[in-house]
Amino acid sequence: MANFTLNINGKQQQVDVDPATPMLWVLRDHLNLVGTKYGCGVAQCGACTIHLGDVAMRSCQLPVSQVGNQAVTTIEGLSENGDHPVQKAWLEHDVAQCGYCQSGQIMNAAALLKANPKPSDAEIEGAMNGNICRCATYVRIKAAIKSAAG
Amino acid sequence: MTASNSRRTFLKNTLLASGGLVIGVNWLTGCQNASSDAALTMPKEWFNFNAYLKIGENGVVTIFTPNPEFGQNVMTSMPMIVAEELDVDWKNVLVEMAPFDTVKFPGGPFGQFTGGSRGIMSKWEPLRNAGAAAKHMLKEAAAQAWQVPAAEITTSAGVLKHEKSGKSAGYGEMASAAAKIPVPEKPTLKEIKDFKLISQSQKNVRGKEIVTGKPLFGVDYKVDGMLIAMIAQPPAFGMKLKSVDDSAAKAMPGIKDVFTIKAYNDGYEKNMFDVNAFPELVAVVGNSTWEVMQAKKALKIEWEPIAAYSETVAGFAGKQTVNVPAGLESSTDHHAKMEALAAKPGKVVRRNGDPEAAFKKAAKVIERSYSCPHLAHNCMEPMNFFADVKGDKVKVAGPLQAPGIIEGTLAARMGIPVENIEIEFTRMGGGFGRRAYSHYLVEAALISQKVNAPVKLMYSREDDMANGVYRPAYHAVYRAALDENNQLLAFHVKAGGIPESPLHADRFPAGAIDNYLAEDWKMDSNITVGAFRAPRSNFIAGAEQSFLDELAEAMGKDPIEFRLELLKRAKENPVGEKNDYDAARYAGVLELVREKSGWGKTPVAAGVSRGVAAYFCHASYAAHVLDLTMENGKPVVQKVTSAIDCGIVVNPDAAANMTEGAVTDGIGNALYGEMTFKAGAPDKTNFDKYRIIRMSEAPKAIDVHFVKNEIAPTGMGEPPFPPIFGALANALYKATGKRVYRQPFLGERAVMG
Repeated sequence: MANFTLNINGKQQQVDVDPATPMLWVLRDHLNLVGTKYGCGVAQCGACTIHLGDVAMRSCQLPVSQVGNQAVTTIEGLSENGDHPVQKAWLEHDVAQCGYCQSGQIMNAAALLKANPKPSDAEIEGAMNGNICRCATYVRIKAAIKSAAG
Repeated sequence: MTASNSRRTFLKNTLLASGGLVIGVNWLTGCQNASSDAALTMPKEWFNFNAYLKIGENGVVTIFTPNPEFGQNVMTSMPMIVAEELDVDWKNVLVEMAPFDTVKFPGGPFGQFTGGSRGIMSKWEPLRNAGAAAKHMLKEAAAQAWQVPAAEITTSAGVLKHEKSGKSAGYGEMASAAAKIPVPEKPTLKEIKDFKLISQSQKNVRGKEIVTGKPLFGVDYKVDGMLIAMIAQPPAFGMKLKSVDDSAAKAMPGIKDVFTIKAYNDGYEKNMFDVNAFPELVAVVGNSTWEVMQAKKALKIEWEPIAAYSETVAGFAGKQTVNVPAGLESSTDHHAKMEALAAKPGKVVRRNGDPEAAFKKAAKVIERSYSCPHLAHNCMEPMNFFADVKGDKVKVAGPLQAPGIIEGTLAARMGIPVENIEIEFTRMGGGFGRRAYSHYLVEAALISQKVNAPVKLMYSREDDMANGVYRPAYHAVYRAALDENNQLLAFHVKAGGIPESPLHADRFPAGAIDNYLAEDWKMDSNITVGAFRAPRSNFIAGAEQSFLDELAEAMGKDPIEFRLELLKRAKENPVGEKNDYDAARYAGVLELVREKSGWGKTPVAAGVSRGVAAYFCHASYAAHVLDLTMENGKPVVQKVTSAIDCGIVVNPDAAANMTEGAVTDGIGNALYGEMTFKAGAPDKTNFDKYRIIRMSEAPKAIDVHFVKNEIAPTGMGEPPFPPIFGALANALYKATGKRVYRQPFLGERAVMG
């Protein structure tokens, strides 16, 4: 066990955990930030996507010991009032069915648009291919990303 | 459950539940209004009208969704039905998940069942009655207060009005008095033409919570002092626990206990949803998920082969003996054995005319074989459940589709009455049939009982995929007899599977062909199977619709025209008496998809290949036209045009979403979906090997159309799924010149051809 001070959603948070613990479980079990979801544990589904700085990361493969003082953003911290352009677009297109994967989809889409504000269809597909939606709402996810891009 | 029964029990229970003050906000819900665009002021007092709704003194209405939510959006559509009859402004509605309650929500074990596309279908009348009854009571209360005839009072958007006297009042003002009014025996329902909210698309009432990551799901459930549990299960079907050395695991940090749990008591008689291959599991309990995952790896477990056994299972058709063979099965053997069984005579389940004679005199016989592998459900939220057992009281909470069934299993296993069990529904991260088999709930309760603490049982993705209740592997042989003029003389289908047949013998084209023969067969297996989105139909539709396409071509007919000719026959002069579809509605979706896709009229773009298919299941009709191009040997689905007849569509945009999902899910499963086994062990236990369709493989566009009619709603979640397999197969043939007969069509191959 070891103590870590983490910068999560703009707040300093302390945890005392095994250094190998993935951020996914630090967020979910220790910090009660459960919007970040467990789907596969092997970085194949994208449900656990968070931002490290501006970059989308699979938190199931990110040991807490490697985070240091980098800014971590989770779905709970993407916007203050749930009004990030990507979140608004998701509501406008009423994307969700079960909704379980959508935090990860939104975090991945937000990072894509930060890096590439006007992505082409092929760029959207390339960036989002790592995020599985088992309800298969892909047509709406893509439409929402295009709306958010304006 | 008959409609009249449902009405009587509804009214009885409404009486029981009416009046009085009900307080309590579910921990999972806030006070966001149904349209997610404003926060509502919570009332000081709630007045309970019936199991489905309560009204606050400030006019805010809470509507309870009776059935668990797994993405079909009943959290939105069911309250819409109540709100319609109540005549309340949707913006003034809060929505909550109802508690599990077999008295408030009658219907036996299926009263609060999510599955079989039965949600809206079965709750249409109770939900309408609930809203209409409350509206009646409000009008009566106003009539008494104003001393005017109730019949002269009108309602609109939560306001009662008496035009002659100029009096008006909000529902909140009358709620206290109205809750004491006797419940009407037969509340007057609106005319369908007067609907204002139904058929007007409303956004998902949990949309805002979903996009902001609020706790909604079973995995998010948490109480103080809660421990985390995981299970270790046999690595293969046909194996069971022999011994466990847990000394290393127990010594690991954060670990509270390691022990074994038994699935059922000796001599327990299973019901049809008690599907569980492993009689004993190892449970690891600790403080956090990561610590428990590590300890699980430190277990030293010996497994041994099971012996063959028989058990009695109580199913829809009464008690049946199920034989479970010993041995370690493999998918390669399965396929060879299915082909061998398909070559033998099956059990005749339907015969019209003299098919044998017709085949004998045929000028030409077309025979084709189709097959599919097992599929894993792979819900994004792995199986999990919360349990807190205190003495002889059990509280459980989590994702499940069939609470009314697992309740009995849990009571039997724990040796307590059902009255001592409280079940809370969380939102499900997908279901697709898997969560109708919720033995994980029993496991969670047994673990909580042993450690004497609240526990959340979590399956890892690997546990989830390897402890499946899979879609069975199926096989079907279709034969058609043609005369010298290429006219259809006879039709024969023989279908079976491991361990059940996919055949629906009384469905189209039964009823449309004079000489018709249907046979089925099955083969025992120790690999557990169960319902998977549109059970049986999800295979047989694709096989049948591919065969009809091939038949139409051999007969020189347009595939839509050919189906319409058969349906005309079935409508005007049906063969046999047990045909379970409505030929006119079936033809209706084909006609609509023909029109909307421009089939045969609009020339398709260069390089685009089209396929069509249609199917009836879960009381609804669906037809698709699929357009694809081939790029570097890979199919790219450019567009799917869908026509659905599911009666009145309560929430059209949500139903379109469901159709888009079903279409995309079906294309994914048809091209890549496959769970294979070697020596009883699943070959795939995570998404690195198990292919789920991804964004780049999804259709570029999906255009959904609904038949407009005034038929009470029929199924929606499943019907669009089965026929897309056929539409894809038929388009692939047009693109490549080769028919596909064995799913998955692409499998592990990179390209087709």
